[in-house]
Amino acid sequence: MSVSPTGRVVPAWHGAWLRVEGYWTWYRRYWKSNLYSTGLQPLLFLLAMGLGFGSQVQAGPATGGLSYVHYIAPALLVSAALQNAVGESTYPVLSGFKWQKDYLAVTATPVTPGQVLGGHLIWVTLRLLLAGTVYAVIAVPFGAWLNAGAVLVVLVGAATGLACAAPVTALAATTYDEGVRFNGVFRFVVMPMTLFAGTFFPIEQIPLALRWLAWISPLWHGNELARGVTLGGLDPLPALGHLAFLGALFAAGTALAHRYFYRRLVV
Amino acid sequence: MTVLDTPRRGLLLRVLPPGLYAGRASKIIERSVLAYSRMWLVFASGVLEPLLYLVAFQIGFGRLVGEATGPGGAPMSYVAFVAPALLASSAMNGAIFDSTFNVFFKFRYAKTYDAMLATPIGPLDIAIGEISWAVLRGGLYSVAFFVVMAAMGLVTTPWALLLIPAAVLIAFAFAAVGMTCATFLRSTSQFDYINLVVVPLFLFSTTFYPLSVYPEALRIVVQCSPLYHGIQLMRELSVGALHPGMLGHVAYLVALAALGIWGTARRLSGLLLR
Repeated sequence: MSVSPTGRVVPAWHGAWLRVEGYWTWYRRYWKSNLYSTGLQPLLFLLAMGLGFGSQVQAGPATGGLSYVHYIAPALLVSAALQNAVGESTYPVLSGFKWQKDYLAVTATPVTPGQVLGGHLIWVTLRLLLAGTVYAVIAVPFGAWLNAGAVLVVLVGAATGLACAAPVTALAATTYDEGVRFNGVFRFVVMPMTLFAGTFFPIEQIPLALRWLAWISPLWHGNELARGVTLGGLDPLPALGHLAFLGALFAAGTALAHRYFYRRLVV
Repeated sequence: MTVLDTPRRGLLLRVLPPGLYAGRASKIIERSVLAYSRMWLVFASGVLEPLLYLVAFQIGFGRLVGEATGPGGAPMSYVAFVAPALLASSAMNGAIFDSTFNVFFKFRYAKTYDAMLATPIGPLDIAIGEISWAVLRGGLYSVAFFVVMAAMGLVTTPWALLLIPAAVLIAFAFAAVGMTCATFLRSTSQFDYINLVVVPLFLFSTTFYPLSVYPEALRIVVQCSPLYHGIQLMRELSVGALHPGMLGHVAYLVALAALGIWGTARRLSGLLLR
């Protein structure tokens, strides 16, 4: 009797979705503590900065004539998405390679490293959409939204997060010793970006010599899009420009991550 | 001749079971200094973060608000209003980070403390040593912050010099309590519970806006927060508006610190010396 090979290879998307299913199994057990950091924390920021700090702010040209809570609500969603996306793409990815080694285990089956990467990115996207929706819904009773454009803000948040998740995943795939690298990303990139990319105040207040730093930050492009879709005043050409920037970042990050995943997982 | 520097105490005290304290807390600090000398980047980033906040408030938030009402009812620039509160909350954040995340790692994964207890070092040494290190680090950060405040022209009275010891006291209180909490943690996902406490404290303890923003009922809740007392103390010191009520703020923080030290030593001896 001979064992005949089935000859079946997992189709590209199916392999990635199998990974998503794996994440989902894990998530069903731990969703409570995760929902806090993803849904509740941005809401606390909205209460403190939008309502509390906002009560000290006079609506004026800096806020586009809007009350501060309307000005800040979409940007807070985007910056929370950015932080989630980066968080999900640092230690969890390194853990897949190094501690839990589930990436190694999975690539011992017909699932390819590219599908592992795809599964990770799909999962991050789903998490961002979920967290964004939770925030958007809970923010309604606080009067944070002017119109139903909030739905589009959730999509913008996911796009911005994804544009950052891809390059950070590539970085994590080349990390062998956790050391200080991820700490550096958070403190020298994510943190300054949150403060200076137009989330809390317009970047026109930043001296011209340093304003280019805001222009190259994905968060600023996300913030502009998010404010545009819900507060109005978004012209098609700049909108395409912002989307193109985020898309390019995502494409470059994914290409790099793809290469590093194969380098590390194919022996 | 001995290799170790023997503490001056009798043989009986050293071999008796409790062995809580061996007078070697300074060795724990020495270890931390050694370990951190290889991670200077982490150290530097801790200085950088509050400074970035300060700059953001100078160029950004401050322009949105203009003037705020200071402790004595006197108007002050918004940056001057926020700066002492930022120093207080960064002292808290740094202390909590050091005493929970780092301690948890050493306790559960690296087994650093098990190794230490196999030497003539007691749990109280560990508690005092780790908390002192967190305080030392917080003190260095607050000196750096104070220098930048001065450079930005935010130091207007000699009383403001007391901001540094006040920041150290806040770091001390939160490090002590944080370390007690760290001993209760079982998995990394429980760090979310720490954030669940620290983030609201940071956001709602009148860091960014005065207490008067809250409705009457909420004000009492806010006034229970230990960080609120830290921030009030700092804000009053920064403008030199001294009054006897400040002793109450200090007493609250000192009580918190004492509770934390007691709790940490108790927990560590319970968990490690079984």
